[in-house]
Amino acid sequence: MAVITYREALNQALREEMERDETVFLIGEEVGVYGGAYKVSQGLLEKFGPKRIIDTPICESGFTGVGIGAAMVGLRPIVEMMTFNFAILALDQIVNHAAKIHYMSGGQFAIPLVVRGPGGPAHQLAAQHSQSMESYFCHVPGLKVVRPTTAADAKGLLKSSIRDDNPVIFIEAETLYPMKGEVPEDPDFTIPLGVAEVKRAGRDVTVVAYSRMYYLALEAAEELDKEGISVEIVDPRTLRPLDKETLLASIRKTHRAVLLESGAGYAGMGAEFAAVIAEEAFDDLDAPIERVTGANAPMPYARNLERLKTPSKTQVIETIRKVLA
Amino acid sequence: MAITRVVMPKLSDAMETGKLLKWLKKEGDRVEGGEILAEIETDKADIELEAFGSGVLRKILVSPGTDVPVGAAIAVIADPTEDISGALGSTAAKPAPTAEPKTGETVSISPSSASQTAPAVEPEAEPTPTGRVRASPLAKRLARESGVEITVLKGSGPGGRIVRRDIEAYLAQGKRPAPVVRPVPLRPAAATAVGPEVEDRPLSSMRKTIARRMAESKATVPHFYLTVEVKMDHAWGLREQLNRLEGQPKVSVTDLVLKASALALHAHPEINASFAGESIKIHRRVHLGIAVALDDGLITPVLRECDAKSLSEIAGEARDLTERARTRKLKAQEITGATFTVSNLGMYDIEEFSAIINPPEGAILAVGSVVEQPVAEGGQIRIGRRMRLTLSCDHRVIDGAMGARFLQTLTRLLEEPLRLILSS
Amino acid sequence: MLLIRRFEEKAAEMYALGKIGGFLHLYIGQEAVAVGAISALRPDDYVIGTYREHGHAIAKGSDPNRVMAELFGKATGVSKGKGGSMHLFDKSCHFLGGHAIVGGPLPIAAGVGFAINYRGGDQVILCFFGDGTVPQGEFHESLNLSALWKLPVVWICENNRYAMGTAIDRFLARTEIWKFGEPYGIPGEALDGMDVLAVREGVARAVTRARAEKRPTLIEARTYRFRGHSMRDPSAAIYRTKDEVEREKQRDPIVLLRERLFSQEHLTEMEWKTLAEEVEQKVQGAVDFAESSPEPPAEWLVEDVYRATKTDGAKPWR
Repeated sequence: MAVITYREALNQALREEMERDETVFLIGEEVGVYGGAYKVSQGLLEKFGPKRIIDTPICESGFTGVGIGAAMVGLRPIVEMMTFNFAILALDQIVNHAAKIHYMSGGQFAIPLVVRGPGGPAHQLAAQHSQSMESYFCHVPGLKVVRPTTAADAKGLLKSSIRDDNPVIFIEAETLYPMKGEVPEDPDFTIPLGVAEVKRAGRDVTVVAYSRMYYLALEAAEELDKEGISVEIVDPRTLRPLDKETLLASIRKTHRAVLLESGAGYAGMGAEFAAVIAEEAFDDLDAPIERVTGANAPMPYARNLERLKTPSKTQVIETIRKVLA
Repeated sequence: MAITRVVMPKLSDAMETGKLLKWLKKEGDRVEGGEILAEIETDKADIELEAFGSGVLRKILVSPGTDVPVGAAIAVIADPTEDISGALGSTAAKPAPTAEPKTGETVSISPSSASQTAPAVEPEAEPTPTGRVRASPLAKRLARESGVEITVLKGSGPGGRIVRRDIEAYLAQGKRPAPVVRPVPLRPAAATAVGPEVEDRPLSSMRKTIARRMAESKATVPHFYLTVEVKMDHAWGLREQLNRLEGQPKVSVTDLVLKASALALHAHPEINASFAGESIKIHRRVHLGIAVALDDGLITPVLRECDAKSLSEIAGEARDLTERARTRKLKAQEITGATFTVSNLGMYDIEEFSAIINPPEGAILAVGSVVEQPVAEGGQIRIGRRMRLTLSCDHRVIDGAMGARFLQTLTRLLEEPLRLILSS
Repeated sequence: MLLIRRFEEKAAEMYALGKIGGFLHLYIGQEAVAVGAISALRPDDYVIGTYREHGHAIAKGSDPNRVMAELFGKATGVSKGKGGSMHLFDKSCHFLGGHAIVGGPLPIAAGVGFAINYRGGDQVILCFFGDGTVPQGEFHESLNLSALWKLPVVWICENNRYAMGTAIDRFLARTEIWKFGEPYGIPGEALDGMDVLAVREGVARAVTRARAEKRPTLIEARTYRFRGHSMRDPSAAIYRTKDEVEREKQRDPIVLLRERLFSQEHLTEMEWKTLAEEVEQKVQGAVDFAESSPEPPAEWLVEDVYRATKTDGAKPWR
């Protein structure tokens, strides 16, 4: 067990998988010489050379398509998006091609592609650099969507994503890169996709949170602990396919659900989780399902407004109290 | 041999008809494949119709200005001397299969479907007299499962919502419930009334249903009643022997009556019948309703296909149904469909009674307790076990003699109970 | 070419009878480009195309029976009935589809070229697209990448002068498409797209350049579609004149080749007739095969959305 940062965990995952399988390569802006805009790929060019670590021009659609074409004929590309806000330029390639070629070809061509990079808000990066993109991708049948929370999640899930024969959208978080955590050192350590984790056991309410919001939920839970309110936190880790069993088992135990996400709430992930819970655990609910989400506005620049846009610990605590009333 | 049927082409998914504007060739003209035959107006544009085959334009079937459905024949091209009668006069080619999915295909799109727990007691959902109950789904479920009438409760949740703790508090009968630390102080569940002379109990759904059905039955069904006294000595003995067997379900008097009724109904199908307005429905299978008393009412689960079940099967199923009736875990399909009902008040020492028929059944059998009493046999007084059965009959379906004959058979089966084990 | 021509005509007939639904984009008139170009390839080379790709699939070696079955939406189709006219895929002959987004396949072609280099192979990929693709961003992104990274791609623009209903001079500031490679240092060439032998020669040069030198080429094959953009667009339409269409039909690529072969005595009337009959039979055979094939079973709706993979947590997908 080593204690490393989320960033290092990703770096290790890339390194190990590229060592293990020579069809794996990394392609994106600044991934090579620069070592990655967020230093996730630091040292990889030196180790693997320019054949396998490829710096691209600024053409998201172009180089994502390159990844798809390479995947069609048997390689395993990892396409880095400097941030997922830029992935919108590649949405046609991801949604119309990567997600659908396997289906449209009647199963002939698999697309073992990983599109990875940071997503969600950071600090005062304003509207075009702060979006949470997971809902966009979750809506598309054919894509898998992962948002790792801890360093261990990052390493284990990235390795699985690279080994997965489907297009996987792997959204990290900029503010989590320096976060430290315990990570197993076994090079075969992987976390399967589609498996959630109860990161904190509790009795009174289930809070569903992933990525940065998990840490917020944890703070709220620790404060409420002092009042004797026991909060269970379920981290889906993979958003599609969703591990319903773990989620529903938790609801059946606590009878209350609070769904947390940092992106704008309308048609966000909470909407899907809430529908699943309402459909399949209706008779176990002792209170309405509540969501705590980012405000429905683009991310403003001013620090005070930015704070208002994203969920706060107070909001989480108040909402938990509300469902316990 | 090259007959080409020229048809109105389908040029878009939505197109259903086209109008023939103008023929560019006339009957008798030579036509080569690819040549333009006519101009057609569609919903989108005017187009030129080209010939898909070569030959002579033998017959034009549609005149200019006519609207033609897609796929209908509009002309025939063939060799000059070929017989084309087969190509004429046939109706339009079948329209192409549409894009709609066929009905009847089971396409399961969601890998898991929401499971339904069927409502246990009420066959019909009826609004309570005080309006909608505001209760959490969990509270409603707990109330159902523990037989709590949720409408008598006051809720302590937001907006007066009844929540789980209210059910739990009620069940604990006024004791303070097990402490669950909450920031909000608890309010006690509804207290029982002390003082007023008349207690006003709102009708539960079950009570409403019973009230409605029984009143209807009494009002519309011409009841008459036939009573017999059955010698139960042998049956009693058999029951005791059976119940000493290891590994077999215990057999009650009711089970014996159920089995005997099933056999007797099989022999007298005119009793296993319903009045249906213009006809009498004779049911070929015997589904027996068993009246089960609950704390606050009555429910009749149904044992299906008794005519094909053995005594031990009937005993086992009857026990299971009765138990589940009491814990409110019956499924909807287990409380409908009876063709005949058996009601036993013998365990309450009732010697004899007349029951009200459950419509649309034709009859109901009321069973009294088995009594030890002095009886006359062979000129002597001895002690025998006797049980009185009363059959209530719907006179529109059953006459006195029919009912009597049925009871004779039933009596014989109970008095010679080995027959219950022999026949199946 | 004749096979493709008759196949397309038959497909049109089948569409009019309602056997084929949705969109149908016919290749009639452009056959020389696909046939000429693909004849310069090895079987292990790749081809990727647009939604007007029936001809390319057949030229690359796809079974016309299974292509027709795909158009009919049957289970025996090359894409199991799940792609349709615009999404023909055939892995067995390295035909990479069948794409409906204008410009979409171009980066993918670059990716295939990338993978060929990555593996140290010497295959090439032909990427076919229309004149309407040239203004799309991905055209430029892909050409740049192919030159920058020295990818073995031959970019073949089938210039039929109309992007759906818009004439080329209304959507391109400069209309000599073969010159668009210049900013990227990509050699360009314009070919007579109605002359199958000229196409073959020109593409063969580009293929050699790609294979031996790892350099892309931009080819503009000047051609014409005799029918509308799709079956919904009448051939004598509002954006072209009938005279123009008739004039272009005088240069039917099949007729041109046939006449040339006749005059050079490489082909006799009898051989032509035989050939034409064989083609008729093949095409009718394709229709019969498609007609008698079953529809895809209901379970196939949700199959192939994902490929089963060993790292799943074995939970049902959602």
